[in-house]
Parts: sequence; C-alpha cells; structure tokens
Amino acid sequence: MSAATSTTPAAPAAGRERPAATQTAFWPTVGALLRKELLVELRTLESVPAMSLFALSTYVVFHFALNRGSVEGDLAAGILWVTLLFAAILGVNRLFVADADQGGFDGFLLAPVDRTALLLAKVLTLLAYLLVLELIAVPAFSILLLGAPIGPALPGLIATLALADLGIAVIGTLVAALAVRTRARDLLGPLLALPLFVPIVIGAARATEPLLVSAHRGEPAARWLATLAVYDLLFGLIAYALFDFLLED
Amino acid sequence: MTTPAVEVSGLVRRYGEREVLSGVELALEPGRTLVVFGPNGAGKTTLLRVLATLLRPHAGTVRVLGSALPEEDWAVRGRVGFVGHEPLLYRELTARENLRFHARLHGVAEDRVRELLDQVALTERADEPLRTLSRGMVQRVAVARAVLHEPELLLLDEPYANLDPAAIELLAPLIGASCGCTRVLCSHDPSGGLDGADVVLGLRAGRPALLAQAGTLAPEDITELYR
Repeated sequence: MSAATSTTPAAPAAGRERPAATQTAFWPTVGALLRKELLVELRTLESVPAMSLFALSTYVVFHFALNRGSVEGDLAAGILWVTLLFAAILGVNRLFVADADQGGFDGFLLAPVDRTALLLAKVLTLLAYLLVLELIAVPAFSILLLGAPIGPALPGLIATLALADLGIAVIGTLVAALAVRTRARDLLGPLLALPLFVPIVIGAARATEPLLVSAHRGEPAARWLATLAVYDLLFGLIAYALFDFLLED
Repeated sequence: MTTPAVEVSGLVRRYGEREVLSGVELALEPGRTLVVFGPNGAGKTTLLRVLATLLRPHAGTVRVLGSALPEEDWAVRGRVGFVGHEPLLYRELTARENLRFHARLHGVAEDRVRELLDQVALTERADEPLRTLSRGMVQRVAVARAVLHEPELLLLDEPYANLDPAAIELLAPLIGASCGCTRVLCSHDPSGGLDGADVVLGLRAGRPALLAQAGTLAPEDITELYR
C-alpha cells in the first residue's frame, strides 16, 4: 500500500474489536480542500467577480439615486454593510455548488477524514472571497459615496470587517451546506441566511458608524465589536456541532 | 471461519415513501466477486451506495469489511473504492489535480498519482482540465481515483460504461477479476458480467429475484430478469 502520510486514529475507540481504521490528519485535509476550492474558483471565476461587480454596481446606483455629494455616519454605515452582505450572499449561494453537482460531496464522504475539515476549509474559502470583495468594494465605496478619505478610519474598519466577515463565513457555510442538497437551493440559501445575518449587519453598522463621521472620527463602538465576537463564537459552536449532520444522508 | 467482506440481511432502503430496496440478503467472501444484475430502477445503484456508506440502511443489517453500518461507517471509509455513474471529479481541475486532491484526502503519497496516470494511459493528457477529456478518459480517471488508496473492497457501478475494448483491457489489472480485491459490480451485460463473477444477485423492483453461484447460471437466466 502506498504510504499513508500523517495519520491518527479514526473515531471513537471504545469497544472496538477490529484494528482501527486510520484517518488522514486534519490540517493536511483542510489544506487539500482549501487548495481545491481556490483552484476551482480561479478556473471558473464564478463567485468573486460576481460579488465584486454586484457591490460596485450597487455603490454606483446609490451614488446617483441618493443625489447628494456624500454620505456619512449611520447612512454611510448602512449602505456599506447592506451592500457587502448582499454581495456575500452571492458567494454563499455558490459555495457548495461544484461539490453537489460534480460529486465532490461523495468523494469527500468516502475519504477517511474528519468532516469538520470541510467546514473549516469552506469558512476559510468564504473569508478569502470576502477579503477580495472588500479590497475592491471598500475603496469604491469611499470614492463614490464617502466625502472624506477613508484612511483614518481603516484600523477600526478592518477590525469590524474581520469580525463581521467571520460571522458571515461561518453562517454562510452552515446555510449553504443545508440548502445545497435541496431543489430550491438558490431561494432557500438567502431565505435562511438573511435573518441570521441581521445581527451581524446591526453590529457591524453600529460599530462602523462613528468611523464614518467626517467632523470627528471616533473609534468603533467596543460594545458592538464585542457583540459581533460573541455572535461569531456562538455560530462557530453551532456550526461545529451541526455540520456533520448536514453531510449525512 | 473467514468473516464475509459483505454481509447483508433484510436490507430495506426507502426514498421518501418509496421502497427501493427490500429484503436484500447476501454474503460475499473476501477476494470474491458479486455481480448485481437488474433492469433500470431495480435498486443496484442504491445497494452500492449503501455498501459505500453514502446511504443509510433503513432496516436490516449491513456489515462491510466486518463493520456494521451505519454505526461503524468511519471504519469502512478509506477501505472501499467506489466507481459510480458520476466520476466524483471536478471538471475544472486536471486529471492530475483531481487525483492529487483525493490522494491527500486518503493520505496517499504523490508517487501513486503518477503511477496510476501511467497505468490508465493518461500521462500525456494529465494536465488538461477534465472538461476537455472524452467521457471514456474521464471514466479512466474515475477508476484511478477509486483505486488510488488500494481499497480492500471495490464497488463498481457499470464501470465499463463509455469505455472501448482497449480501455477495458487497460483497466483490468486495476478493477478486473485479477485485481485481488473483493468486488461488487453492477452490470447489464449478461455474458460479460457472468465471466468475472463468483456470485450473482438479481434484483427486480428492489427485491432479490435471483441469488446463485455464477457457475450454475447461463446468460439466458440473467436475460430473464429483464423481461
């Protein structure tokens, strides 16, 4: 048999009479899955360009529809986050499509791996998509809608983006895994995701609001950053507990 | 006494209200080949997917390689090779990238990927996206994927579909009777299927209609299943 690379005992040892099957080590599995995800996206360009174009178009529409030189404060924060959220949903909807349509799920389920590796790889994939989206969308938002330069607000904004992105990625992965095997996956994904994303939009918008006031730029509200962190932790635990069941027949 | 590689008793599997497998019984010794015949919709693919741990049995007992399903499915994964109707490969990735991906999931060394690409005669096309290959070539990659980790049990759902005679010959050492594995194979070809079989199971509408040693059967007995 070809050499198995780093292996660890498979699953629960109690009461087993047979020699334990071996399980492929966790981090190499995550690495293999993540590499595959990014390769497929690089070849197909199905998610990130669509997410970015959607965000850019929405900011352009807001720029003309609001008919004012600039926005700031709560209005600016609301426009920023609602747009990022809807753009993220495009990525969430496509997250498991290649796996479901091309048998990737079955290929994964046949392998002796910890299924949490797929959860982590998908969360990291969605985080990577969101990072690219925000590298494009946030400067565009600043140019099209924000009167003042966004530079001074960046440290606080990056912290808020990181916490919100983590929540979007975890919830998005959970919802995408649930929706993808249903016939109405394109509808069910957003319908399930949007209510769960509401606390993230509220927390992120409130935390961002003081950063986008041109007269006296403040710090992101610590209370709302803490709320985002708690929400991330809560859904991280829920995803960890539920994800295996979502992959089951 | 040898533990059967596959042991099924009273297996029931439903899709919604519809029973697609009912009362299936079989036992297969290690190293032997079971060929499953039956018309479309008879439950052959479902049986293979249950044995592969991809579907849960709804009633009855199923033991694969000594482990009870679904309770000990973790002990079976990684020890079976599955070739289904879908190749379980990503169309945008190349044959090499697909096999490398599965090799990493199974903890198999990189050399094995090169060795298998060579064995299925795809080294020259190994770096082209799968979507550019013919169906027969994709099927060869799917077989390479299934045997990558040198499984003890091969579950083969019409593995020779889309393959020309030369390709069938090429794949014989990997999934043919000489491969040394226990095999469960679905087929629609009475004479070809009987050739490599030790035991034959005939399904009709999800129920066992025939279970016999292959040596006692003629192709006409199999053809009867389809009438």
